[in-house]
Amino acid sequence: MEPIAVLGGPYGNHLALRAALLDAVARGAERIYCLGDLGGFGPRPGAMIPLLEEFGVVTVAGNYDRSLAERSPDCGCGYTHPADNAFARIAYAFTDARTSDPDRAWLGRLPSELRFTRGGRRYLLCHGSPRRTNEFLFDSACSDAFLARLARESGADQVLCTHTGLHWEREVPGGARFVNVGAVGRPANDGRPLAWYVWLAADRHEAEFISVPYDAEAMAREMETEGLPPEFAETIRTGWWTTCLEILPAKERARGRW
Amino acid sequence: MTAPAPIPLLAVPTVPLLALDTVWFQVAGTVCNLTCSHCFITCGPTNRRHAMMTRAEVRPYLDEALGLGARDLYFTGGEPFLNRELLAILEDALAIAPTTVLTNATLIGPDLAARLRALERGSRYSLEMRVSLDGLDAAANDALRGEGSFAEALAGLRELARAGFDPIVTVAQTWDEADDAAMRERFHDTLRAEGLPRPRVKVLPLFRVGREVARTRGYAETERLTPEHMLGFDIASLQCSSSRMVTSRGVHVCPILIDAPDALLGRTLRESMRSYPLAHGACHTCWATGATCRN
Ligand SMILES: [Fe+2]
Repeated sequence: MEPIAVLGGPYGNHLALRAALLDAVARGAERIYCLGDLGGFGPRPGAMIPLLEEFGVVTVAGNYDRSLAERSPDCGCGYTHPADNAFARIAYAFTDARTSDPDRAWLGRLPSELRFTRGGRRYLLCHGSPRRTNEFLFDSACSDAFLARLARESGADQVLCTHTGLHWEREVPGGARFVNVGAVGRPANDGRPLAWYVWLAADRHEAEFISVPYDAEAMAREMETEGLPPEFAETIRTGWWTTCLEILPAKERARGRW
Repeated sequence: MTAPAPIPLLAVPTVPLLALDTVWFQVAGTVCNLTCSHCFITCGPTNRRHAMMTRAEVRPYLDEALGLGARDLYFTGGEPFLNRELLAILEDALAIAPTTVLTNATLIGPDLAARLRALERGSRYSLEMRVSLDGLDAAANDALRGEGSFAEALAGLRELARAGFDPIVTVAQTWDEADDAAMRERFHDTLRAEGLPRPRVKVLPLFRVGREVARTRGYAETERLTPEHMLGFDIASLQCSSSRMVTSRGVHVCPILIDAPDALLGRTLRESMRSYPLAHGACHTCWATGATCRN
């Protein structure tokens, strides 16, 4: 059973993505997977596809990727808070304007899920949840029974997802394991400016959450130079989320600063 | 030449239950210490059409919800904190799933807020507190919710915030659609000014049933769904495709229609897992606004 790396949400943060990919290669990853949302938030959406191709990353479509491929009017996150909505629109317009037609076609070819067997377990890699690309699976907002049902209905023993930006892992009754790999391009709302991804060591199904330092100050300055909102740069610098907090359930929200 | 055939009168679209994700409990029945003039189920101190539910009554439904793989649980009324067993019921709920309580907050003091906080701390799941408020000041709010209710709700909200909650304030949309963003913004500002550090606001449309009929108007005959409304419409966005409401009378299709006889779908959750015809004006509201009672 080969070691693999799984990451999600590079969000246009090329410095974080490169740092995570190099880290995974240094650990000896047989294969690297990306669970989608290449753009949004960060300054260099156009740098994502070349990086993923350079490292031979196998990629699943996120809601952001789908929206860009289909030229949808928004990112499909569904914010209702006026400020969150405004920030989401800025990020989407910024990314949309920097996505070439060939990139759109590339994103349009991404599958919604990947399935394979690893060490006798049926793996399912998706963006949001096994049933919906834009469904948020937050740790404190999903009952064990619900996750067990999702695993059963999708015929998986091990589900890897992202979309929330926060990493967590749980084994549920019936034996299925859910791993939310978190995000590479946006910190985990814990006051540390790090890139997060998941390492599945040889012969192991338990996730190891790897945090990789990168030059967050350089990233923040690049965002400011590109005219992205100062709130985004602040998140990159401080590790605390400043926007799009409304989707967080009570427990996850309480851990953050804002 | 003959007239074109009329549209069949029974052409009502139906919605299947795609998955039972959310289970609601009318845990205080229709009993409330307030008598809001827009209440879609006409709650008040003397309305016992739906009775308080005991912990023993709730428990088999929790077991059933668990077995069916429900994601989360909601408790409402009436005013849930009038139910003496509410904290025990919430303890049972938080042992198995994320839980939300919908309250008017008028009965929440420091002791109760601290006990809720302890319950939340004891669970791996989130406990969301949702508080109804229908105006930016006492004059606007109390006109709908009753004399003194603004001050009492804010006192309760502050207690919740002091105990570490970030309550979700639910507001009925008594303004024009066009003013929506501005009104949300104003509610955020008002709540922050009232001492809530991280306010969250959820806006719900008015449902023209219950007491709201007398306050403004009921549904017009034209406010009904036909199969044409469902063309290209994502039925997963309707909450009746993924949730059910339990009251003392049994399992109903949704929280809005508990007084509609056809909305009572069975005694058990399993019995209620069948499709439902969208025959009510309220169904039109959900379709038109994309509203769901979830957080
Ligand atoms: Fe996403």
